[in-house]
Amino acid sequence: MRSSGFATDPDIRELVAFRTAGQDFCIDILSVREIRGWSRPALLPHAPSYVQGVINLRGAVVPILDLARRLGLEPIEDKDRNVIIVAAIQNRTVGLLVEAVTDILGVPASGIQPTPDLASEATRSMLRGVVVQDSRLIRLLDVAQLLPPADDAAA
Amino acid sequence: MSLRILAIDDSLTMREMLRQTLTEAGFDVVLAEDGIDGLTQLPDVAPDLILTDLNMPNMDGFGLIEAVRAGDVAPRVPILVLTTESAATLKERARQAGATGWITKPFDEHSLVSTIRRVAAV
Amino acid sequence: MAGAIDLKDIFFVEAEELLSALEEGLRAIQTGAQEADTVNAVFRAVHSIKGGAGAFDLKPLVNFAHRFETVLDALRGGQLQPEPALLGALLHSSDHLADMINASRNGTETDPELDQRVIVALEAQAGMGGHKEEEAFVFEPLALDGPFGMDLSALPLTSLLRKVTLTFRPHSGAFASGHDPAFLLRDLCGTDEVEVELDQSALPVPGGFDPGQSYLGWTVTLQTERSDREILAIFDFIEGNCDLTLEAEAETPPDPDGPLPETSLAPSAPVVVAAAPVAAPPKPVAPPKSPDAPAAASPQPASSAPSASTGPRPTIRVDIDRVDRLVDILGELVIHQAMLTEAIEQSPGFGSVEVDRSLDQLRQLSRQIQESVMAIRAQPVKPLFDRMHRIVREASMAAGKSARLVTEGESTEVDKTIIERLADPLTHMIRNSVDHGLEKPARRDEIGKPTEGVVKLSAAHRSGRIVITVQDDGAGIDRDKVRQIAIEKGLVPPNAELSPQEIDALLFLPGFSTATEVSALSGRGVGMDVVRSEIAGLGGRVGIASVRGQGTTLTISLPLTLAVLDGMVFEAAGQTLVLPVSTIIETLRPDIMMRHTLGRTDSVLDVRGRCLPLIDVGAALGFRRTLKPGEGEIVVVVERGDDGAIALMVDGIRDQRQVVIKGLEANYGQIPGIAAATVLGDGSVALIVDPSDLAAIGPNPSRPNVFLAAE
Repeated sequence: MRSSGFATDPDIRELVAFRTAGQDFCIDILSVREIRGWSRPALLPHAPSYVQGVINLRGAVVPILDLARRLGLEPIEDKDRNVIIVAAIQNRTVGLLVEAVTDILGVPASGIQPTPDLASEATRSMLRGVVVQDSRLIRLLDVAQLLPPADDAAA
Repeated sequence: MSLRILAIDDSLTMREMLRQTLTEAGFDVVLAEDGIDGLTQLPDVAPDLILTDLNMPNMDGFGLIEAVRAGDVAPRVPILVLTTESAATLKERARQAGATGWITKPFDEHSLVSTIRRVAAV
Repeated sequence: MAGAIDLKDIFFVEAEELLSALEEGLRAIQTGAQEADTVNAVFRAVHSIKGGAGAFDLKPLVNFAHRFETVLDALRGGQLQPEPALLGALLHSSDHLADMINASRNGTETDPELDQRVIVALEAQAGMGGHKEEEAFVFEPLALDGPFGMDLSALPLTSLLRKVTLTFRPHSGAFASGHDPAFLLRDLCGTDEVEVELDQSALPVPGGFDPGQSYLGWTVTLQTERSDREILAIFDFIEGNCDLTLEAEAETPPDPDGPLPETSLAPSAPVVVAAAPVAAPPKPVAPPKSPDAPAAASPQPASSAPSASTGPRPTIRVDIDRVDRLVDILGELVIHQAMLTEAIEQSPGFGSVEVDRSLDQLRQLSRQIQESVMAIRAQPVKPLFDRMHRIVREASMAAGKSARLVTEGESTEVDKTIIERLADPLTHMIRNSVDHGLEKPARRDEIGKPTEGVVKLSAAHRSGRIVITVQDDGAGIDRDKVRQIAIEKGLVPPNAELSPQEIDALLFLPGFSTATEVSALSGRGVGMDVVRSEIAGLGGRVGIASVRGQGTTLTISLPLTLAVLDGMVFEAAGQTLVLPVSTIIETLRPDIMMRHTLGRTDSVLDVRGRCLPLIDVGAALGFRRTLKPGEGEIVVVVERGDDGAIALMVDGIRDQRQVVIKGLEANYGQIPGIAAATVLGDGSVALIVDPSDLAAIGPNPSRPNVFLAAE
């Protein structure tokens, strides 16, 4: 996955950019394990609505999250045409269901701006900042926040 | 040709340590787990020197030394006993059984090699 | 070339084995074993630990082991008798030695004061009191044994050559002991200026020569800086097997600042420090060996050469990662075999006898490989059971009770991972039995029981599972009290009608504790609920049975392996799911007359007069609303251990096959009603249902513990 052209400058961060629910997002390439097509997951009982179920990823059982729904946006409809970004988040492997991967960006640290105040608190907490590229606003996700906090789940 | 040593100790740690230390020092090492094992291997190994622990199951070091001395495979091979005891009685017993000398554990490569050198051509 | 294996790792692995041999030996002595072999083995275990610890310079451990060993040596020599009090102290020391080794494996040390207390208590028990810290055993480095490691810096810098004359004549016994005078002379001469005179006067006339005899002697005159001690040290190995005399000019006094007394040895006066056996030799060197070895020194007979077949069977040590890798590959094999079978069954060629036979053979081979691989991972429960002796000792001591652990079926083999993960729950169960099960000695005496309580731990294989029981001969469960507490804590309504089994099951509710006073050991906030969930995490169940006045029995039932299970694949609400075959009692198609409604939502199924709770799996898992009567197709009756049977409503049964167990915890978390997941022949995931958990969920389950695994 990694394109070697970018990695030379340590100041440049490589980000995988993708679209879902009509918005642009990106995550650090270092947390991406692979990108794969949709396959029908087995449903998980009593799971939060954004958990689509689990799939078999070369022998490992990996949960799939609908990212749009996780962010409180319109859930993805036509799943067959969408992709799963398999990401490593805090020692766990999780699949993020998104509409399409659009780009791999090389962004200097200075190119990442703080999240504007306009965003709702729920959305803000899951963003690390934003990147403006070719007049597009790309939201940098804080992947660790995608999983619900432990005490919330324990309650 | 490097010196061939039959090293006998029931402790896995000790055997592995002997193997590493002696091999590093350039010796040819064959390991045995107790007196019986050592005695069984003796004809095949034909060692230039035997290093043996004293306290072992099945056949202890004293038994081994007496058996080697009484046998006809290598009755005059130098035998050094490995012992954590510095107690005179044990050394004396080993000597009576026919041990050539002793090495007190713990040992390092230097002390091991210098003691071997005292009783065998290195 | 074998790489340098980390010796310390080897030491700790070996130490663990030695510790269990030590404890086992001590226990055998406790139960009356008199064989010298047992005492020897116990001594050797501590001795080997000391040796290894010395090699890694673990001083507190060496010191402790040395003093421990000294007591064991006295026991071995018959100076001490294995009385109960001494054995208690020995076992306590063995426990502490285990703690010390554990600590040092973790790079820490136990409290030195505690080390001291434990070992002094042992020495006091052995009548060896008065061992002071200063006298603690210190390893004598080899340097003191031989001349080559001498601390040269201690020698005076101003060189003072002395003339030393040595006469040396080996006895013939020297050759028999492997000595070679050439090496001694080489070391004696060193780099000094020497004059050597050979005395061959004893050589026999030609023809009378015996190569085993000693005929030669040497007189060596050295100009040397070496001290008498250094020179004599060269001969320490051959001491007693030679005649040796040394005459020397006086050495430089050790303290160069001190005045040289006029009356000290004149340079000309020869000093005889060692003499031929005819003269009584002075102290520092070589008492001649007495021809009669003392009886105590007579070694074991060397003639008992064993036949090769009597030895233990050869074993190899394998890195567990390699075995785990094999298990993983095997899992893939099982999945692909299922895929292949599925593909062939759907292809036009299906039905050919050859293909059918080959598939069948493949299935059998794969099962055989599986059993073989599992056998590699299987280990006897003995080491686990052995550790429980200590738990009983400590728990009974802390609770002021007298208790003994009896074990049974120690050779029963179980998967290594299961054994490892059983340690905590089993420890807690055993503590619980001592703390809450057994009565105090006075009470036992009162009611005519032996004052020493017995906790029996046993393991056995039973129909493809392993069953472990912890049984005490204590008071049994006080059900009135349990019920009372449960009501006080609001766990059950005050008017609840509870069967004895239901009351016993209350003990497994979170937070339940019957101890009116929190004991030192059990009062750690760990209840039987934790035991239950830990066992459930292993795919097992815990049951409890009790007879008032006679004791309580806890039963754990576990799968033999964590890797594969025989599963029944079924459909519910459009999902493919798996039930462990071991839980299934029967499968039936109920007619509507068998089904009854209780309350608003609960249903029961009348199976030959037995009313079982009826659960729609699809609804219990939240995949659909509960089916109306008449909609259910098939019912699978499953058992839930001591909780009795339940009836599960499913939509259809696909087949029965082996499935590879995949944990959900690593990437997701625990899900109520679900034990694990598996991968089916088409590569899709199917969840494995845990029936004992399913009934407890109800229509509105609490929020699942998702995404907790990493915390």
